[in-house]
Amino acid sequence: MKKSYYQPEDLKKFKAITNWSPALGEKFFEYYNSVFAAGALSAREKSLIALAVSHVVQCPYCIDAYTQDGLQRGIEKAEMMEAVHVGAAIKGGATLVHGVQMMGLYDKLSM
Amino acid sequence: MKKSLHARANTLAASEAQLQLLENGIFQSGELPKFSEQLKHSGLAPLKKRQLEVLQINLGYMCNQVCAHCHVDAGPDRKEKMSKIHLERCLELIKVSKVGTVDLTGGAPEMHPDFQWFVREVAALGVQDIIVRSNLTILVANAHYASYPQFFAEQGVHVVSSLPFYKKEKTDRQRGEGVFSNSIEALKALNAVGYGQEGSGLQLDLVYNPAGAFLPAAQEQLEQDFKTSLATNYGIQFNQLFTITNLPISRFLEYLLASENYEDYMTTLVDAFNPAAVQNVMCTNTLSIDYQGYMYDCDFNQMLAIKVQSPVQHIDQFDPTTFAQHPIAISQHCYGCTAGAGSSCQGALVE
Repeated sequence: MKKSYYQPEDLKKFKAITNWSPALGEKFFEYYNSVFAAGALSAREKSLIALAVSHVVQCPYCIDAYTQDGLQRGIEKAEMMEAVHVGAAIKGGATLVHGVQMMGLYDKLSM
Repeated sequence: MKKSLHARANTLAASEAQLQLLENGIFQSGELPKFSEQLKHSGLAPLKKRQLEVLQINLGYMCNQVCAHCHVDAGPDRKEKMSKIHLERCLELIKVSKVGTVDLTGGAPEMHPDFQWFVREVAALGVQDIIVRSNLTILVANAHYASYPQFFAEQGVHVVSSLPFYKKEKTDRQRGEGVFSNSIEALKALNAVGYGQEGSGLQLDLVYNPAGAFLPAAQEQLEQDFKTSLATNYGIQFNQLFTITNLPISRFLEYLLASENYEDYMTTLVDAFNPAAVQNVMCTNTLSIDYQGYMYDCDFNQMLAIKVQSPVQHIDQFDPTTFAQHPIAISQHCYGCTAGAGSSCQGALVE
């Protein structure tokens, strides 16, 4: 057994999830490819969104994939870092906004 | 300025050392399939030549730049150049073979002392497409080259220029400080004599290659990004963008090893192997000639000193009608031309 839960080479084996459930796996990849095709948003914009979300969900496979995708598309490091900050701001904000719930409950329960 | 591998006496300056790396390691252990095995597995072996359409002549390895990714290991310290006798023999070959494209490369081909004479002679033979692969900065290097855009226009030369990116940072990191602004100046000079302008008939194409250990994105999309950015920021027009994958040889190989990207990059190339790209690889219709008159299946094989697999390996004895009779020499660097959308001196190979 390898000593890490994450193996870089597993990213390349992603398609293999189809082996144990072809119908669902194929549906997922078809959907995935459709999502990332240029539409109302450009493929470049979608790549930056994916990079930001990759950080928010802290998926090392996704960070690997969308850093490389960004490099290939000529996305610059300043753009990538701003996208990561957007993710961080939303995640930080999401934590903090719960503080309002805490405050409300605290006040409600306090004399 | 950085020096060539040759000037630094780096072990990779020897083509045998590069070939040894490409033949051994992950390819010997079976971790990755050799290119020959991949072709066989895909039912594409052996890779065969078709018809001779492009004569790519390397005029020499001298260049005013020392780019980090250069597969030629060119630079100001390289003095190799084609002799007048061999240039004349090339003219005979062009005449006899009736090739539609003559592709002049280097180094910086403009630095060859007989460059203008040779281009005039090729043009006089009525060759349909005379390509000069210009690094752009040579055109603004000094007063001597200032008239070259006009000369190109007069001879109807097709200019193919390297510009790794439409922004300064990435371009200068790969090609040297100040290269981007000089390239912009040169592109403006080419535009001024009609290059890239609609209806002028003067073709100006740009070449993009990734500034690092990754594959190029789709050619069409990058072309749009280049066109928008260069037009908006500098008022520059050009015709097409060619995306070229960096092949793991020479100085790019040095970079891959030093940055510990070699194995991952080779895995990326192998994983992206595209059988459809194999059909159109440039070695099937191109003959590459080095400054000494020796012949190769492509410019990359030239740099690895893998001559054509034929009893006749020099232009002095070459009969163009025998072009398709011999197999194409391959090694693991060939994965660079078959990855993804494919890669050639004319850019991507499949849509």
